Amino acid sequence: MTAETIIQSLASGLLMGLLYGLIAVGLALIFGLMDVVNFAHGEFLMIAMYATFFLFAFFAIDPLLAAPLVAAALFVFGAAVYLLVVRFAMRAKANAGMVQIFSTFGLAIVMRGLAQFFFTPDYRSITHSWLGGKTISLGGIYLPEPQLMGALVSILAFVALYFFIHRTDFGRALEATREDNGAVALVGIDKNRVFALGWGLGAALVGLAGAIMAMFFYVYPDVGASFALIAYVTVALGGFGSVFGAFAGGIVVGLVEATTALVLPPSLKSVGIYAVYLLVVFVRPRGLFGSI
Amino acid sequence: MDKNFAERRRRELLLAACLAAVAALVPLFVKDVYVQNIMVLTLMYAALSQSWNILSGYCGQISLGHALYFGLGAYTTALLFTKFGVLPWFGMLGGGVISALIAMALGYPCFRLRGHYFVIATIVIAEIALLLFQNWNWAGAALGIDIPVRGDSWLKFQFTRSKLPYFYFALALAAVAWFVTWWLEDSKWGYWWRAVKDNPDAAESLGVVVFNSKMGAAAVSAFLVAVGGGFYAQFVSYIDPESVMGFQFSLLMALPAVLGGIGTLWGPMLGAVILIPLTELTRSFIGGSGRGVDLIVYGTLIVLISLARPTGLIGLFSRQRKAAAP
Repeated sequence: MTAETIIQSLASGLLMGLLYGLIAVGLALIFGLMDVVNFAHGEFLMIAMYATFFLFAFFAIDPLLAAPLVAAALFVFGAAVYLLVVRFAMRAKANAGMVQIFSTFGLAIVMRGLAQFFFTPDYRSITHSWLGGKTISLGGIYLPEPQLMGALVSILAFVALYFFIHRTDFGRALEATREDNGAVALVGIDKNRVFALGWGLGAALVGLAGAIMAMFFYVYPDVGASFALIAYVTVALGGFGSVFGAFAGGIVVGLVEATTALVLPPSLKSVGIYAVYLLVVFVRPRGLFGSI
Repeated sequence: MDKNFAERRRRELLLAACLAAVAALVPLFVKDVYVQNIMVLTLMYAALSQSWNILSGYCGQISLGHALYFGLGAYTTALLFTKFGVLPWFGMLGGGVISALIAMALGYPCFRLRGHYFVIATIVIAEIALLLFQNWNWAGAALGIDIPVRGDSWLKFQFTRSKLPYFYFALALAAVAWFVTWWLEDSKWGYWWRAVKDNPDAAESLGVVVFNSKMGAAAVSAFLVAVGGGFYAQFVSYIDPESVMGFQFSLLMALPAVLGGIGTLWGPMLGAVILIPLTELTRSFIGGSGRGVDLIVYGTLIVLISLARPTGLIGLFSRQRKAAAP
């Protein structure tokens, strides 16, 4: 193992990690806002990837151009999921924890079933997108352009999210609702609207990630499952609910995955991520960057 | 009230005995192998869900990683039989003991975690085990283990010509899981678990050793699920990591209890009797062209039940009973 291979895989790990951050941030946003884990998060990613694939297959819209469209569509979808499912799950008086877990889990199963039914379990991929298959060489390190674009989009999305949360009225309403969702009603903020917009925003972010990923991952009905688990780990590492913890958590996960792949057989590369999750929560039950 | 309670528990035991007796007679009239197969699976999932319910329902520690214990049971049984010629009966018991020990070893760090951190830890641990088994060459790696057929016998617990022995074993397993739950429900453990579920801090302050009672629930739950896994290995006679340790098993163990009524004595049974035949029938009626329809059906059921009836379908029965006998 030369220094070059190590740097090469760390660089790929970093790029992938930034994308993991983007996949996970919607989950963190929703959790921070209302203490709900969306167990259908992976399926949100899956439909975003399918949407990108079909836009490309039928209308020849490149994934880069499709990304904003897919994000907008996912925004509507996320808000609808809140209004039609999660809103009612929040009202449960008996077995509240169980209801929250299984209502979104049930939704995930339905979405996977619908994808299998309508799109068949076949693996699909986008060939000949603008960036697909191209690489850039930086001093002997090869970086695939789609992944590089993914990392760039992720960084831009986090910067935009930062300004959005801190500089806009809606962002402030989001923060206020996260602090105390009872008190915000007193100052005229409609809690349900903020929650719906929060779900929309969270879904839009994972939609953005899905559009980028459709450039270099196969699209199939179960694709969300493995990425969802990585997203939960990312969010937990960052401290559940911390939006910027998700960014840092994503980078950690990407680097750990790349390092594991250097040491262990490639089929075991996820073991490193899972082990790090367990290690972190055993030592710090509220994640690396979470507040106690 | 005490007398009523004892009376109710006696009645429940009687009802269970009657149901088991009726179930035992069903194969005398139903000879169709396909239907018998569904009945075996239904009873097996009833037993698994009943066991899952002990830790996740009664004690409130929602595990979505019980496929680990199912897989350990299946693998222990299959490996001991194929590599060392140990009879499946000992394999199932051994798998149960190993699983119970592992459940406690894992519980030691995990039971400090709360809420979603715990749920995700259970998923992650089962996933690690799955990946390790997929890469463990001695145990067949991703290809799995083919259990050789050595002729039909109860001693070797192998039957190629008839499903009936499997049916009766699955029935016995479901009955045992039900009886263990019934018995524990009114033991000090049962009260501890419900206290831990409702409010761990209050339970601790009243002298319940929260940690130990979680460990007890995990051990019992894992033992029974592993015996189910050993049974499944014999039943299908071929196992591989994905087919016995995959995430779908964790889910399939949880769903009957959620549907029927989580943390209730009859919920898992009711849920399994509805869910498993429904899944199998939609799968075969719609056939290959409509893959995914079974998922759509039970996913929708789960969403609707958890939103409209968080206490499960069993609540419908108890309300009727209350109305009938004021």
